[in-house]
Amino acid sequence: MAPALIILLVYLIYPVSETIRLSFFDNYGREFTGVSNYVWALNDSDFRQSILNNFLWLIVVPTTCTFLGLTIATLADRVWWGVFAKTLIFMPMAISFVGASVIWKFVYEYRGAGNDQIGILNAIIVYFGGDPHAWIAIPFWNNFFLMVIMIWIQTGLAMVIFSAALRAIPEETLEAARIDGAGEVRIFFYIIIPFLSETIVVIWTTITILVLKVFDIVLAMTNGQWGTEVLANLMFDWMFRGGGDSGRGSTIALFIMLGVIPIMIWNLRRFKMEQER
Amino acid sequence: MKHFSFGKFLAHFFLLIIVFIWVIPTFGLLISSLRDKDQVALTGWWTALKHNEFNEIVRTEKSNVQFEENGVFIITGNLLKNSPTKSVINFGITSKNPKAFKAPSKVTMKNGSTFYLKKDGSYRWTSDKEFKHKKGKRIFLTVNTPPSLTLENYKEVLVFRGLGQSFINSLTVAVPSTIIPLIIGAFAAYALSWMNFYGRDLIFATIVCLLVVPLQMSLIPILTVYNQIGNFFGVSAKSYVGIWLAHTGFGLPLKIFLLRNFIKSLPHEMFEAARVDGASHYQIFMKIILPLSIPAFASIGILQFLWVWNDLLVALVFLDKMPSEIVLTSRLREMLGEFSQNWEILTTSAFVSMIVPLFVFLSLQRYFIRGLVAGSVKG
Repeated sequence: MAPALIILLVYLIYPVSETIRLSFFDNYGREFTGVSNYVWALNDSDFRQSILNNFLWLIVVPTTCTFLGLTIATLADRVWWGVFAKTLIFMPMAISFVGASVIWKFVYEYRGAGNDQIGILNAIIVYFGGDPHAWIAIPFWNNFFLMVIMIWIQTGLAMVIFSAALRAIPEETLEAARIDGAGEVRIFFYIIIPFLSETIVVIWTTITILVLKVFDIVLAMTNGQWGTEVLANLMFDWMFRGGGDSGRGSTIALFIMLGVIPIMIWNLRRFKMEQER
Repeated sequence: MKHFSFGKFLAHFFLLIIVFIWVIPTFGLLISSLRDKDQVALTGWWTALKHNEFNEIVRTEKSNVQFEENGVFIITGNLLKNSPTKSVINFGITSKNPKAFKAPSKVTMKNGSTFYLKKDGSYRWTSDKEFKHKKGKRIFLTVNTPPSLTLENYKEVLVFRGLGQSFINSLTVAVPSTIIPLIIGAFAAYALSWMNFYGRDLIFATIVCLLVVPLQMSLIPILTVYNQIGNFFGVSAKSYVGIWLAHTGFGLPLKIFLLRNFIKSLPHEMFEAARVDGASHYQIFMKIILPLSIPAFASIGILQFLWVWNDLLVALVFLDKMPSEIVLTSRLREMLGEFSQNWEILTTSAFVSMIVPLFVFLSLQRYFIRGLVAGSVKG
């Protein structure tokens, strides 16, 4: 127990309080500067861009993953090669974000019009008579092309969790509904979805936490260029830019923390309920 | 199957499309890593199994290899370097018209000499006068190249691009970073589930909170501490020990949380019986808990191992970029800048970095999924 406590104290509890303290200090953490780091952040265009992009990620990625995960889990239950299909879709979970970035950068690869396209996306578009584009350099939309990578990885997680939850739905309930003449679609919306509500929340929060911290993908694909900056990458940038600015870095980290606090409280309440049970 | 149902057909159809979309990117990567590097740069990987046409510019032999036969000067050679699989489709003798002739054919040059090129690239160049050229004459070729898969790229990245060393570095980071938190976490989890002491619930509630704390919150303070320790002892702030402990710290809450839930789910009576028989906590832990927890250990260990193996952020912050410390993910990220157009290197390197996780995933899939599901259901 003791070593665990010491490590938790040194690596998590002390740093959290220290980060909060540093956010009120200058770049070397020596002089108290009040809220000037926060003022800087709110006026910094990169920071605003990051907040905006993080919001975009938070809306799009968990929603899409949940939706796709549930769809795939439902479909895979109905076909004989479902297990095989699930294995293939789950596989990206094992791949690093950097590795996935290389994979997708290759998919998005752009060669000037008239040349043979070696990226499959542009090749398909050219095949159907469109113009090739440098996808990751198109402001605003490029965010979505980066999100695709995260969705590609995380849908597998949503899928397996849904699969497990679907199996927990009592067969009698479904049978009863069928006897009463409910169609598959009605069953899906009136029985399965309510049954899965807690699972949906769990998946949603898990992916939300992950998305808040998204870093590797942005660093590897664009390093925040072309309007794709996110908080975690901006923070990493400030940690080392010009010898490192611990004040600004800490401030940005705190904004990431802000995003997980609601989830933290929700978890705590669940834990309390469990204790009382 | 009662009857053919349209819904069933749609299920097959959509799932097939989704699986296809999911697999294609990785498949392209794998194929590209096995292709010849000139082909990777010029054509899409989906043409890898087709014959491709490439344009090449080659030179004939110099005039010093000519020989005389019955008053005729002759130069012979092979423009395709005797490659048995390639063949010439078209060729030309001026840059203006590089596909002027179809192989095989006989062409008369400006100086009156005759040039005869066959499909296999061998040529016979004859003239009445002695050849005087110093440099070989340029010939423009359109070459039909068969698909060729090669492991050359793997040799290149592992040996010459430092990926072999990075592979070892990644293992050096990942193995201790998996074992240490598992051991520490197991003891803590046991204490939290079966020992009564003051503040136990508070500690556990704290761990529940720490589960979701982004590790970004820890980076700056810990880096500062490491730098200070490094300065004080005159050693580098970035070391393997540093990153082992950092990964331990960041991974510990989840490990404790999962193991505690698991240990708590074991039957109560067993412990009480052991206590009554006079077993100490240590004995209970070693003789009862550990053997029962092997599957849980496997799941959680795999989870942590893959997390550490795939991590980039912690490695960037706490490890140096010198060859003896840089890990695979970090090296791969460097290469994305260094070789941004050399896709044969990038795809191969990416695949090298994925081999271990994919192997772990495919061989221990069940444990991996179990760990992930448990981790997210509560996390």
